Amino acid sequence: MRVRILVSLKTSVLDPQGQTVRNALHTLGYKAVEDVRQGKVFEVDLSGLSRDEAARLVPEIAHKVLANPIIETTTWEILES
Amino acid sequence: MKFGVVVFPGSNCDFDTVHALREVIGRPTEILWHKDHDLRGADCVVLPGGFSYGDYLRSGAIARFSPLMQEVREFAEKGGLVLGICNGFQVLLELGLLPGAMLRNKHLKFLCRFVTIRVENAGTRFTNAGRRGQVLRIPIAHFDGNYYADPATLEDIERNGQVVFRYCDPAGGLTEEANVNGSLHAIAGLTNQRGNVMGMMPHPERASEAILGSVDGRVVFESILQAVES
Repeated sequence: MRVRILVSLKTSVLDPQGQTVRNALHTLGYKAVEDVRQGKVFEVDLSGLSRDEAARLVPEIAHKVLANPIIETTTWEILES
Repeated sequence: MKFGVVVFPGSNCDFDTVHALREVIGRPTEILWHKDHDLRGADCVVLPGGFSYGDYLRSGAIARFSPLMQEVREFAEKGGLVLGICNGFQVLLELGLLPGAMLRNKHLKFLCRFVTIRVENAGTRFTNAGRRGQVLRIPIAHFDGNYYADPATLEDIERNGQVVFRYCDPAGGLTEEANVNGSLHAIAGLTNQRGNVMGMMPHPERASEAILGSVDGRVVFESILQAVES
């Protein structure tokens, strides 16, 4: 099973990289761009797990390792079963 | 007393720190390999600056899983003195031994320069050789030193006197320009609630001899000596 985990800064945390990208897009004339948040993507291959087991494991590794829960939030999805 | 300096793959201020402790401060100093499980009788463990594990994932995030960190955590929980410098501070945050987290510097630049910091609390085991309001000139060298904690945590650490150093101008004033990396409350160094673990972004080992341009960093090491030996 392949899962994709997205890690991004919490909305309450300033994201200077996202702001810089937004400013660059504005400079190029993309005025419709209101906000940009930058984050990280992890694609993780899992073996021998049911969907329920994956649903327990993925948040655990996201919380423990992939993200710093003080500043980041995570979402995830199954790409292939 | 005896110091121990932990070496991770990618540490690069480890031997500067060992030099400052052995040759300048004049105390025996063990070099502790991160894969070992032994603090070799150190009274104070120093996590040095550098780029442990190449800063992969997040600064300090992988080093926290090194075998020796289990011993460091137990040592700290028993009241042992732990000092984290720069990347060592980031490791202590990731370990949860200190509250908060580091973000990228506000102007997205790696900053390598002298800064001035003000001693906010001279009652800690890391600052007792200094005095409150004293301005120290010590260099920084980091990309992720923009201290963040949620408002409730900030209030707690301020109330408990855990903020040890703040970025300031040379006269000791707190200005936005002096807060070079954008840290909340201009925090450059802080302790845990118990006061036995401290992290600081500036490098005291790089300001420990006149030839380096400043000896102000000695305050930190001499405070530790005082705390342990007296």
